[in-house]
Amino acid sequence: MVDTLSVDLSRLQFAITALYHFLFVPLTLGLSILIAIMESVYVMTKKSIWKDMTKFWGILFGINFAMGVATGVPLEFQFGTNWAYYAHYVGDIFGSLLAIEGLMAFFLEATFIGLFFFGWNRLTKIQHLCVTWLMALGTNFSALWILIANAWMQNPTGAEFNPDTMRMELSSFYDVFFNPVAQSKFVHTISAGYVIGAMFVLAISAFYLLKARHIEFAKRSMVVAASFGLASALSVVVLGDESGYTLTEHQKMKLAVIEGIWDTSPAPAPLTLFGWPDQMAQKTYYELKVPWVLGLIATRSFDQPVYGIKDLVDHAKVHIRDGMQAYEDLQAFKKDPSFFNRAKVKETSKYLGYGLLLKRYTEDVSQATEEMIEKAAWGTVPQVLPLFWAFHIMVALGLYFILLFAASFYLASRDQLHKYPWFLKAAFYSLPLPWVATELGWFVAEYGRQPWTIEGVLPTFLSASGTSAGTVLTTLIIFVLFYTILAIIDVKLLLKYIRLGPTLALGYDRKEEVSA
Amino acid sequence: MIFLDYEILRLLWWAILGILLIGFAILDGFDLGMAIFLPFLGKSDEERRLMINSIGPIWEGNQVWLILGAGASFAAWPYLYAVSFSGFYLAMFIALFGLVLRPVGFKFRSKMPDVRWRNFWDAIIFMGGFVPSLIFGVAFGNLFLGVPFHFDDTLRLYYTGSFLELLTIFPLMCGVLSIGMMLLQASTYGSLKTRDALQNKFRKSGQWVIIGIIILFTGTGLYLYQEIPGHMLLEPWAKEAPSNPLYKQVATLDKGWFLNYIKFPWSLALPIGAYLSLFLTFFFLKSRRFGPAFFTSSCAVGGIISTAGASLFPFLLISSTHPSQSLTIWDASSSKTTLFIMLIATLIFLPIIIAYTAWVYRVLKGPVTSKTLEDEQLNAY
Repeated sequence: MVDTLSVDLSRLQFAITALYHFLFVPLTLGLSILIAIMESVYVMTKKSIWKDMTKFWGILFGINFAMGVATGVPLEFQFGTNWAYYAHYVGDIFGSLLAIEGLMAFFLEATFIGLFFFGWNRLTKIQHLCVTWLMALGTNFSALWILIANAWMQNPTGAEFNPDTMRMELSSFYDVFFNPVAQSKFVHTISAGYVIGAMFVLAISAFYLLKARHIEFAKRSMVVAASFGLASALSVVVLGDESGYTLTEHQKMKLAVIEGIWDTSPAPAPLTLFGWPDQMAQKTYYELKVPWVLGLIATRSFDQPVYGIKDLVDHAKVHIRDGMQAYEDLQAFKKDPSFFNRAKVKETSKYLGYGLLLKRYTEDVSQATEEMIEKAAWGTVPQVLPLFWAFHIMVALGLYFILLFAASFYLASRDQLHKYPWFLKAAFYSLPLPWVATELGWFVAEYGRQPWTIEGVLPTFLSASGTSAGTVLTTLIIFVLFYTILAIIDVKLLLKYIRLGPTLALGYDRKEEVSA
Repeated sequence: MIFLDYEILRLLWWAILGILLIGFAILDGFDLGMAIFLPFLGKSDEERRLMINSIGPIWEGNQVWLILGAGASFAAWPYLYAVSFSGFYLAMFIALFGLVLRPVGFKFRSKMPDVRWRNFWDAIIFMGGFVPSLIFGVAFGNLFLGVPFHFDDTLRLYYTGSFLELLTIFPLMCGVLSIGMMLLQASTYGSLKTRDALQNKFRKSGQWVIIGIIILFTGTGLYLYQEIPGHMLLEPWAKEAPSNPLYKQVATLDKGWFLNYIKFPWSLALPIGAYLSLFLTFFFLKSRRFGPAFFTSSCAVGGIISTAGASLFPFLLISSTHPSQSLTIWDASSSKTTLFIMLIATLIFLPIIIAYTAWVYRVLKGPVTSKTLEDEQLNAY
């Protein structure tokens, strides 16, 4: 039987290391583009303040980048160490996406970051600008491929089960690449990264303005951050990846869960602004609803319903029965790999994953009882309350960012920022908020994916390696200690450079202020 | 649409995995070696800074060779990836912590001038070089001995060994050999990139390292010949068959790891090439021709790794408890479609990567001296 404690600990370890990695990566995404924009302005205007801006934000970028690279490696390793059956079952597709990410993106960003720092005296202006853009391009390519990989976990297109090798195999690379879930995820996630980058620059510049230090530097940085941030925040919310939530059974389930919809509502469905979902009672209390909006956002239509959890559980029951048939066909194929049995497996294997859900309750899936089917079907509902709130807080933050960047943009374009210290304070204290939003976004996407690692294909509890719980706990504890220490040092270093400010950090004399 | 047959694709991917490993050992090798040398060759803070800055702008790119090596084994050899990473669980994590600490150490060390702070990070950086180098060698050594694993009929993996069982004499010898290779790379690279006293230290230690490697390489070979039984795939096996490691027979036989050199005598060129490159490196270092020395030391590293690979062929990983379930290149690969698409991707991107990496090295060419540290005050580590 499966050691559920070991599986849970492996999940916790992956969640902690991924969420930690995800503190650094979005900032890398956003800041790399912002730096490239600043350097482009420098090359076009030849004003040295833009070069100083590029360099100063570059220092902070460098510290963050090192952490991002270092904490990314443990994720790649964990697919093998903790999720060996997952690695076997879908390595044919998932592994190749990671490998292409390495070929196309990791090399690009990691090779050019060295030249970004050490190339100022060795390259022409144009050459250096190209290096910076290539580095930024590398980080964004990396996001593209990892999100195609992640989208495949949510909507596994272009692959087929092969009974000879007992795993999923690639059937159409085109379908994997052009997975619609991947497109909405990519746009949504890199925009979120840009928001973090913009907020980082905005908040720190606001801090300088409040202290009346580096005024020219801070004002210009704020203009760039506000305009870039406004565009990105709009893109995050408007192109939110909810549009991908109507595509598959489990994406529909996720949508119902984050909105706390238990019963299918007639089209166009209302949007729940507030509520308190109760999983046991299968109800959402204190609902506050806005008519029509959800139907419009999610289905992009007036006439399609948004399914509720109860109906989706009924769908799951049907699939589970199909899955039992698929499992039985597979057993027949194993006993006698005849042409006929192979054809049957090919026909039914689409729902094999649903059959595997029953492995939690019985070894002999094809003999599962009604009660087990009921349990397994309800097992496809993720935890509603935390997902509902995570999603709603994320959306509220997204709307707040639009307001904040719009106001900054307005004030910055009229050169009024320094007259509103309360606004600068608000901007400064908003610094951690986009991180809260992105971490919640990760949580909604991945915790909401449960009980699957690959939707409809492979349940999470079957994906893990057979590593003992004690061993996993050991590495988990080391990770927590180790990452806590690294985080403290990292923040200390960032603060040190922020306090130093551009003048001193860039090695100028205290008296010669950075200026145009 | 697919013109290459499955057998050729599998052979090509075996070669690509080898190329990535060798690329890692050559390029990240001198980074790891530099980290190991740091407390021993760097007697002052300035010397240590020179050492770190000699690899300062490039270590990040070099480390990607390892990441890609792991990624390629995930993509092309999922069984190998699953068995080795989950089987060597603790060993992998220890190597991993080293790999995370080393880059962070470079970055953090330089940000505060305090002596205790720097000494602390120097110790960490040393461990970050030493431990992964040792573990990679130990893991490679265990490929010859085999590790205890088997599959059930759903191809779920059961690994029945423990971490300490990996640390036997032969793998430890391989571990030390691996450290030797990293130090060799650091010696030739360091002699190329530094000047004066520090350069001399690299040159001298490089010569000692070569003597050590020759002894160890010969020693591990002899030990393998005398003590460790090899394995042989029994025919007939289908090179075009789907990847499932449960349908073959494997024989165990004395001195079996040397069979390939009888079957394919030209493969003797690999160990001979390794020895030749080591001798040449020694003389290039002695006669202060550092460019050629770096080239031949890289050849030596490539020769040693490919010697190990050629001896194992066509095995990827031996199961010590169920030899017939061992992973071979004929039954542990991805599907034909994936291998083909990945091959196209590699053929497009690998040349581009090599081109821009070469360009970056050219831009950064020239020694790292105290003057460089002054010029690059802002960025230097």
